[in-house]
Amino acid sequence: MSTTLTPKPQSSLDNPELRQWKAQRRDEAPTATPGLFSPEFWQETGAMTRRLFIQLQRRPSTLVAGVVQPVMWLILFGALFQNVPEGLFGESRNYGQFLGAGIIVFTAFGGALNAGLPVMFDREFGFLNRFLVAPLASRYSIVAASAIFIAAMSMVQTAAIIGLSAVLGAGLPDPAGLALVVLIVLTLVLGVTALSLGLSFALPGHIELIAVIFVTNLPLLFSSTALVPLSFMPPWLQVVASLNPLSYAIEPIRYIYLHPGNWGLGSVVMNAPFGGVTMAVALAVLIGFCGMSLALIQPLLRRRIA
Amino acid sequence: MPPAVLVEGLKKCYGDVAAVRDVSFTIEPGEIFGLLGPNGAGKTTTIRCLCTLSTPDAGKVEISGDSVLDNPPLARQRLGYIAQDVALDKVLTGRELLQLQAALYHMPAKVARDRIAQMIDLLELTDWADKKSGTYSGGLKKRLDLAMGLLHQPDVLVLDEPTVGLDIETRSAVWQFLRQLREAGTTVLLTSHYLEEVDALSDRVAIIDQGKVIAVGTPSELKDRVGGDRITLRIREFTPDAEADQAKTLLQDLSCVEEVIVNEAQGNSLNLVVTAQSDALMTVQQALKEASLPMFGISQSRPSLDDVYLAATGRTLMDAEIAAAGRRDLKAERKQAMKGS
Repeated sequence: MSTTLTPKPQSSLDNPELRQWKAQRRDEAPTATPGLFSPEFWQETGAMTRRLFIQLQRRPSTLVAGVVQPVMWLILFGALFQNVPEGLFGESRNYGQFLGAGIIVFTAFGGALNAGLPVMFDREFGFLNRFLVAPLASRYSIVAASAIFIAAMSMVQTAAIIGLSAVLGAGLPDPAGLALVVLIVLTLVLGVTALSLGLSFALPGHIELIAVIFVTNLPLLFSSTALVPLSFMPPWLQVVASLNPLSYAIEPIRYIYLHPGNWGLGSVVMNAPFGGVTMAVALAVLIGFCGMSLALIQPLLRRRIA
Repeated sequence: MPPAVLVEGLKKCYGDVAAVRDVSFTIEPGEIFGLLGPNGAGKTTTIRCLCTLSTPDAGKVEISGDSVLDNPPLARQRLGYIAQDVALDKVLTGRELLQLQAALYHMPAKVARDRIAQMIDLLELTDWADKKSGTYSGGLKKRLDLAMGLLHQPDVLVLDEPTVGLDIETRSAVWQFLRQLREAGTTVLLTSHYLEEVDALSDRVAIIDQGKVIAVGTPSELKDRVGGDRITLRIREFTPDAEADQAKTLLQDLSCVEEVIVNEAQGNSLNLVVTAQSDALMTVQQALKEASLPMFGISQSRPSLDDVYLAATGRTLMDAEIAAAGRRDLKAERKQAMKGS
């Protein structure tokens, strides 16, 4: 950069149209913050989401790794337990069929859990300040943008897992079941993304965030019904697994897989130590978890003056 | 008409460290206001409170008469903030970053498109707008940053150390650009620890030290207020303490000399305040000769902003800078700043 800026006429600094628009806005709503779900909210969310997709487009390695990883899980874990006697994994015909639901949920969960990392890097780098000094309609737009992005990623991953599972002989859920699988994945992704973003606001730096992700990820996998059924576990782990929100996403999907065209909201999807959990209850737990996460992070988003 | 910016009795502590103890100043619409002080004086904290990134512990902060604390969204619409370190997303192009910025300020599509084109033209980014910002030089990044900060045509542009780490050409380009902004009626608040930057740019200055404002006024007012002329004298390149003391005692008795300060940080050079009208330089030289003290160098000047700082704090800005650098825990401060609240 060796050139200096050439002096411009004063008019080149001013934009009458912009000034007029600002004055008009000022007159219409001098103090109001547009708030959640206003057009302004969607405008800023859209722009933040667009940024994430541009990043993905120019650095597609995350997407490639994100698809390759669950595929490897499916193949390797499937092979590991290939010779398990039939019937050991409940009603599943084979372990591959059993495993599909677990991998779908675990993959979506892992993606959402990492959602806070880019936000943390933005924070450390100072880029997040651009959002914080801007008159955002709501800081939930930062959460919404991440959630939309992770949800889209999860959909691609889920499609890949469902496709591969079908090839491996797990069959396909019926269309209504498929729709419910999508809904379950989206709910889980939104809840976990919110928590992860909350952590990225609360923790001091990315080292701490990575540490939290590290100690959360695998233990939650092993203490859920992703890899083995409840009946397979010692009693104490059964209790833990039936309190683990992941189980409430895994079991309904598994049930849908095993009973194509033959499931309902009243179907008992999990036999927890404290009684049978129906599809409806499992969904309610998931939605409750999601709502709680979103509510929980509100003070963190507000911590700098809202 | 209310002042463009009003800060009154501002206080802000991080833990038990008082970053800002008592800062008050007002900025009139259309002026360039400089906040001058050594690193760690509380400049950035003051700006963070103004830009709604930190909540003050006490005090009043207003923009055009409206309280920042009571109505942060309004303040955010009126302010443009340009941080010390240029934070860009290196994967996005300049234009994409400007589009993001426009959406954050909820500009309608057509207004945004025209304004982005205008800013790209104004800051001469045409050749670079569609290249990834990661490929930009330091100067280009700063120009894009300026374009982003000005995109929504803020009433007040706030710049934290606008030229730290920039090459000389970019620095003068930024200066020239800020002057142009003032011509066009934008109020500018800048912080700096560069004396010449504040002196050259600011209509008015607040000198800030250890979290307190110690002087406010136009640069020439402040200099006139401290009065007299300055003589900087070096007996030797590095003067021994004994000789410095001897010279000090000797020179203090001269009628034209008002004050002698021994500057330990600069090899015991002597800073003299002398009456402006006299032939003080000659008298001092004569006195040294009679006492058969040698002379390494001597110079006389009008008071500078540094002398204003020196008169108020007893040390030069450079000394404060060096002292602060030793005292500060930059890592802890960064963490603190990130945490906000």
